[in-house]
Amino acid sequence: MGRIWIRGGRLLDPASGCDEVGDLLVEDGRIVAVGAGLEAGDGDVIDAKGRWVAPGFVDLHVHLREPGEEYKEDIASGGRAGVAGGFTALVCMANTHPINDDPSVTEYILDRARQESPARVYPVAAATRGLAGEVMTEMVALFEAGVVAFSDDGKTIMDSNVMRRVLEYSGLVRVPIITHAEDRTLVCDGVVNEGAVSTRLGLPGNPAVAEVVHVARDLLLAELSGAHLHVAHVSTAGAVALIRAARERGVHVTAEVTPHHLTLLDEAALGYDTNTKMAPPLRGSSDVEACRAGIADGTIDAIATDHAPHAVHEKDVEFTAAPPGVIGLETAVPVTLDLVRQEQLSPLEWVRRLSTNPTRIIGRPGGSLAVGAAADLVLIDPDRHWIYDPAKGYSKSRNSPWAGREMIGRATVTIVGGRLVYDVDRGVLVP
Amino acid sequence: MTGRDLLAIEDLDRSELERILETSLRMEEVGRRDVKKVPTLRGRTLINLFFEPSTRTRTSFEIAGKRLSADVVNFSPSSSSLTKAEGILDTAMTLDAMDPDAVVVRHKVAGVPKRIADALDAPVINAGDGAHEHPTQALLDLFTVWQEKGRIDGLTVTIIGDILHSRVARSNLYAFSKLGAEVRLAAPPTMLPPAVESLGVKAYTSLREALEGADVVMLLRIQQERLAGCFFPSIREYATAFGLDRRKLRFAKDDAIVMHPGPINRGVEIAHDLADQRPSVILDQVRNGVAVRMAVLYLCAGRTPRGGVRREGS
Repeated sequence: MGRIWIRGGRLLDPASGCDEVGDLLVEDGRIVAVGAGLEAGDGDVIDAKGRWVAPGFVDLHVHLREPGEEYKEDIASGGRAGVAGGFTALVCMANTHPINDDPSVTEYILDRARQESPARVYPVAAATRGLAGEVMTEMVALFEAGVVAFSDDGKTIMDSNVMRRVLEYSGLVRVPIITHAEDRTLVCDGVVNEGAVSTRLGLPGNPAVAEVVHVARDLLLAELSGAHLHVAHVSTAGAVALIRAARERGVHVTAEVTPHHLTLLDEAALGYDTNTKMAPPLRGSSDVEACRAGIADGTIDAIATDHAPHAVHEKDVEFTAAPPGVIGLETAVPVTLDLVRQEQLSPLEWVRRLSTNPTRIIGRPGGSLAVGAAADLVLIDPDRHWIYDPAKGYSKSRNSPWAGREMIGRATVTIVGGRLVYDVDRGVLVP
Repeated sequence: MTGRDLLAIEDLDRSELERILETSLRMEEVGRRDVKKVPTLRGRTLINLFFEPSTRTRTSFEIAGKRLSADVVNFSPSSSSLTKAEGILDTAMTLDAMDPDAVVVRHKVAGVPKRIADALDAPVINAGDGAHEHPTQALLDLFTVWQEKGRIDGLTVTIIGDILHSRVARSNLYAFSKLGAEVRLAAPPTMLPPAVESLGVKAYTSLREALEGADVVMLLRIQQERLAGCFFPSIREYATAFGLDRRKLRFAKDDAIVMHPGPINRGVEIAHDLADQRPSVILDQVRNGVAVRMAVLYLCAGRTPRGGVRREGS
């Protein structure tokens, strides 16, 4: 593996609060020296002038589709898309085929990841068998097989007693229960945010209150059980306010928000483009502002993409029939840098929400530039202009609302475990 | 109209609406002749692509096309080989390959005519998409009111019923507001679309207030099987509170007319004796539908033969 000298970059380490120009030396997979003016020796040199050097990003919410839907994505293509977007680790959801509700599936995913993925892969297991919301999975066995959290993501555990028991039982393994918080009875057949946009489109509305009601229930159950609740893809002002209040009274809650919910409005759906259909839906401006305020003040801990690949033929149908979700691994950096440009996040706090906080939530190492830490690193060029073309990306799918858009900012180098896995000029390099 | 498509009244401006009304007037005259046929669209092919069953609208388009001498083909996927195996865009592109000069599309999901229009060379006319729009219905309603009242500007139009699920209400609220009428919507709170007043109309839950001073009262069909029990408790309660009869109609202006896009539910949204005679103009609406659709077909498909000018970006 040898040595890599990263010279003259702006070192951003939220774990220590460091934000200064300097050098960083990687040797045998670990960071061995950090500081200004390190004496260069043998090894590869990466000139990081004008770049930010940060601990690798960790995406808490990715659908890798393997096993079972490899035509949309697989662990190899998703891993490549991840490192090309600056992510050194991906937390993958359980709604595969078969569902990851059994240790054999967890082991399969981890085995494939070791062979095929340039990014680290941390599986999430289903919280209930078959994602049916009825019987909890064998959490201890799944935990020992390597899962980092439990979630019925994509579906919602509607039975409050099942959710209560899942949260309580998770005390045995002390990992987060991730909730996809949408009350299905209130969502009904809604496909776009309920409001002026659903009225104009004539499409069934999915009201903000469907999320808020469900977040309220889950926060109360988390409080009762003392378990760690992680709220996926927060999209409403009401949910942000409830999470803020719950944390103030000591509930163990963390939360994430997606790049699309931070930057796109429900109005994006006005042309009936199914690449603007997600669950929860894109919201109105007051909700988007509340999410931005929530990520800025730390109420929302993490930015996570909810990378959800779907094939063109699946999306190219009636709006109501199209599956929800968009890909996001390769666009998260430029899209969320908007918050830095708008001065809602400092570069350091932006890195904290993409790296340090997600690693803390799943209890894995990373998120730091400390000497001795694993060398999972990303270099960011915050000013690089480029046009995003999903057909030229690493994901197998193309369902992005940003297709054809001009982007500002890009991951230019990604290093996982001391190995250079991505360089913007050469592409993904391994495996 | 946007390009040569007619997808939504929301997309049209005042002058385009007026042009369609004036063209409809000329087409209406054709319908009163002994030989109800002109050669305007001779040699042109019109496809009625109806993914959702409809007898009235499809027949109206068919007669309109035939009065203009177009060759009219009806294609109803439910009665053809189309199943879930072939997507809407594949079906539409297959038909497009047969070089039609216009495609009339109806689908139960909002936005499908727009997606088809984006994919096709031929002009696309929306004949109703989900709860989005039904532009030719609004145009024939405009034409009917214009004929009755001699103007649109300054009129008060009250639309009553299931606004939430109604494409007719959406198209009409745009059509009448754009031509200067005041549009009021009246329904139980469960059937008023969220934020509907952002579209420049007033929403009422009191039928009496909505009717006061109205020149035009427009009723919408209640889809009983879909709605009862969730959006309102029972047909009986709806009929009592929002069904129109002569007694409630007295709140409107003395010369108010009553309209309905059909098919009507007698005794639900409209009293039996009100449906069949003045001030009801329901059958005039149907009659005018043919003239208005002739005008739309002429304006969409009559200008350049297919292959003459291809739309940009398609």
